[in-house]
Amino acid sequence: MSTIDPQAARSENVTNIQVDARHEPDLAIHVEDLTVSYGTKPVLWDIDMDIPPGVLAAIVGPNGAGKSTLIKTVLGLIRPAAGHVYIHGKPYRDQRRLVGYVPQRTSVDWDFPTTALDVVSMGLYGRLGWFRRPGKREKQRALAALEQVNMSSFADRQISQLSGGQQQRVFLARALVQAADIYFMDEPMAGVDATTERAIIEILRKLRDQNKTVVVVHHDLQTVTSYFDWIVILNVRIIAQGSVADVYTAEHLRAAYGGQIALLQSNSFTKDTQG
Amino acid sequence: MAFPGFLADYTVQTVIVGASLLGLCSGALGCFAVLRQQSLLGDALSHAALPGIAIGFLLFGSRQLSILLSGALVAGVLAALLIVLLTRRSRLKTDAALGIALSLFFAVGVVLLTHIQNRENASQAGLDAFLFGQAAAMLRQDLWILGTVTATALLLVISFWKEFKVVTFDPDFASSLGLPVTALEIVLTTMIALAVVIGLQMVGVVLMAAMIIAPAAAARQWTHRLETMLILAMVFGAVSGITGALLSSLARGLATGPLIVLTASGLVLFSILFATRRGILWTAIHARRQHANLITQHVLTTLYQLAQNHHNPAYRTEQGMVVSYYGDAGNRALSELDRLGYVKPARHLPEEGTHWILTAAGIKEAERILASLHPVES
Repeated sequence: MSTIDPQAARSENVTNIQVDARHEPDLAIHVEDLTVSYGTKPVLWDIDMDIPPGVLAAIVGPNGAGKSTLIKTVLGLIRPAAGHVYIHGKPYRDQRRLVGYVPQRTSVDWDFPTTALDVVSMGLYGRLGWFRRPGKREKQRALAALEQVNMSSFADRQISQLSGGQQQRVFLARALVQAADIYFMDEPMAGVDATTERAIIEILRKLRDQNKTVVVVHHDLQTVTSYFDWIVILNVRIIAQGSVADVYTAEHLRAAYGGQIALLQSNSFTKDTQG
Repeated sequence: MAFPGFLADYTVQTVIVGASLLGLCSGALGCFAVLRQQSLLGDALSHAALPGIAIGFLLFGSRQLSILLSGALVAGVLAALLIVLLTRRSRLKTDAALGIALSLFFAVGVVLLTHIQNRENASQAGLDAFLFGQAAAMLRQDLWILGTVTATALLLVISFWKEFKVVTFDPDFASSLGLPVTALEIVLTTMIALAVVIGLQMVGVVLMAAMIIAPAAAARQWTHRLETMLILAMVFGAVSGITGALLSSLARGLATGPLIVLTASGLVLFSILFATRRGILWTAIHARRQHANLITQHVLTTLYQLAQNHHNPAYRTEQGMVVSYYGDAGNRALSELDRLGYVKPARHLPEEGTHWILTAAGIKEAERILASLHPVES
C-alpha cells in the first residue's frame, strides 16, 4: 500500500523520462521484483514476470512452488513483502474491473445453500455496486454464461448436487460473466473428467481468440504443449518464461522439478526430446 | 381480557417480547456464523463477555445493564481480536485459538466474579445471574436495547445482503471483486458479538452460543436457499424464545434461558430427523427407494440379456429363477416392472411357475439403461 519505498521511487524516476505515464503498457501483466513470505520462509523470491496480451499462459511448477500464491498476490489477496504488479501498465488496484478470477474449486464449501445461477451472478456483484440487487438483466447474463459452459439446465440446481466437473464449470461461468480482459484461473482442470477438461480448454481458447489474456495454474505437464502458447515455469523463483515453443525444455523442467523430472524425461512432450 | 391471566403479567410480557427479539436477532446472524464455520465464535464471545461484565461493575459500581453490556462487548471484541491474532500469527488452527480465548477470558471472569462476591457489597448480588441468565430481572427499558440491536442487525443484513453472501461463500473471490472483505467480516463479527451480548441477561454466558447456532442449524436442514434459511432461522429463534418464556411462566422456579435453549435444541433435533431432503428419515427413505429402483433396473436388464443370449426377444424368464438370484426383492421388482408395463406374465408349461416376457417398452427401457452405463464421450 505504501508508495514511499525505494521501489516506487525508482519507477517514478523511470516514468519521468517516459512519455507514457504508464508502466510497461504493452504487457497484459507485468510483475516486478515480487517477493512473498509466510513467516520467515520465502514462498516467492524476486519474481519478474511479463505476460503479453492475447496469450493462453500456463504457470507450472512442483508442489509448493508458489503457483497459487503468485496469482493470489497478483490479485491482491496476499500482501507481498516487496514488489509491484501492473495490469496493462497500471497498478492492479486501478484495473480490478479488467480482471476475472477462478479460485481453486476446493477453496469453498459447496454445501453452501445456493444455486448454480446464484453463484454465477456473484461475478456481477462488483459491477453492481452497493445496495443494488441483481435483477432481470443480471439473471439473463448469468444464464448466458451458464449456457456457454453447457450448464444452463443446472441453473436452479443446489450446488452441492453438482459433480466436481460441473462445479468447476459453474466457477468458470462466474468468471465469464465478469466480462474481464485478463483471467487468472487456479487449477481449473484439477479433478475433472476428460470431457469437462476438453470443454474448459475450448472455452479458454475462445477467450484467447477474443484477444483476452488467460493465465492458468496447471498441473499436467503432458498437455502443456497442446493447450498453451505461453508458459511460466516456477519454483519459488522464475525458472523460465516465454512462448511454449521457446522455453518448454527438459532442461528448464529439470531445473524446476529436480529429481522428479527423471520420471517425465522418457516421455516425448518437451521440445528437445521430440527431435 | 382475552389473554390467560399470566400473559397480563408485566414481567411475563417483557420476557416474551425480549425473548422473541433475541431469537430474531441471533437467528439471522447465526446463519452467517454457522455458514462461515464459526459456530464456536459465539461460544467464545459469550464466555469472554463475563470478565467484561465484572470489570464494568468494578469500574462503575453499578448494575445498570447498559454499563455491564458495554463491558461485555469490549471484552468480546478483545477476545475476537485475540482469536484472529492467534490464528494469523501462530500455527494454531481456529478451533484451538477459539478454545484458548474462551477459557482464558472465562477464567478471568470467574476469578473477578468470586472476588466481587466476597466484597460484601449490597449491589453485587445478582451479578452471577449472567452465568445462566435471569430473564425475570429484565426491565421494560432493556427491551429498547434488544430492539435497537435487532433492528440494526436486520437493516445491515438487508442492505449488505449480496456482499455478506459472497464474503461468506467465497471471501477470496469477493476480495478480487474489490469488496472490502475485512471490513465486512468485522461488521458481521461485531454484530454477532452484539447479538451474544444482548442475550446474556436472558440466556446467560454458558448457554448463549446455542441461540446463535441452534436456529441456523435447524433452518439449514430445510432449505437450499440462503434467503429461506435466514427467515426460517429467525422464525425458529423467535419460536424458541416465546416457547421458553411461556414454559417458564407456567410454574415457579423454571429458568427461562435454559428452557429457550432446550426448545431451540428440540427444533434442531426435529429438523435433523425429519427435514425434507436433508433429514435422516427422508434420506433413509430416499436411499431405500433408490435401492429398490436399482434392483428393478437390474432385473430388467438381466431379462434383456437373457433374451439376447437366447436370440429371442420373447424369451420367457422363469420367476423362480429371478427370485433365487435376487431374493424377495426379485418378486417386488417384477411386479413393479409389470406395473410399469415393461414385462408381462406368460405361461411356459402348465406344470411350471410364472414366466415373464419383455414388452417392447421394456426392451427400449433396458437398452436405455445399458446405454447410460457407458456414456459415449462427446
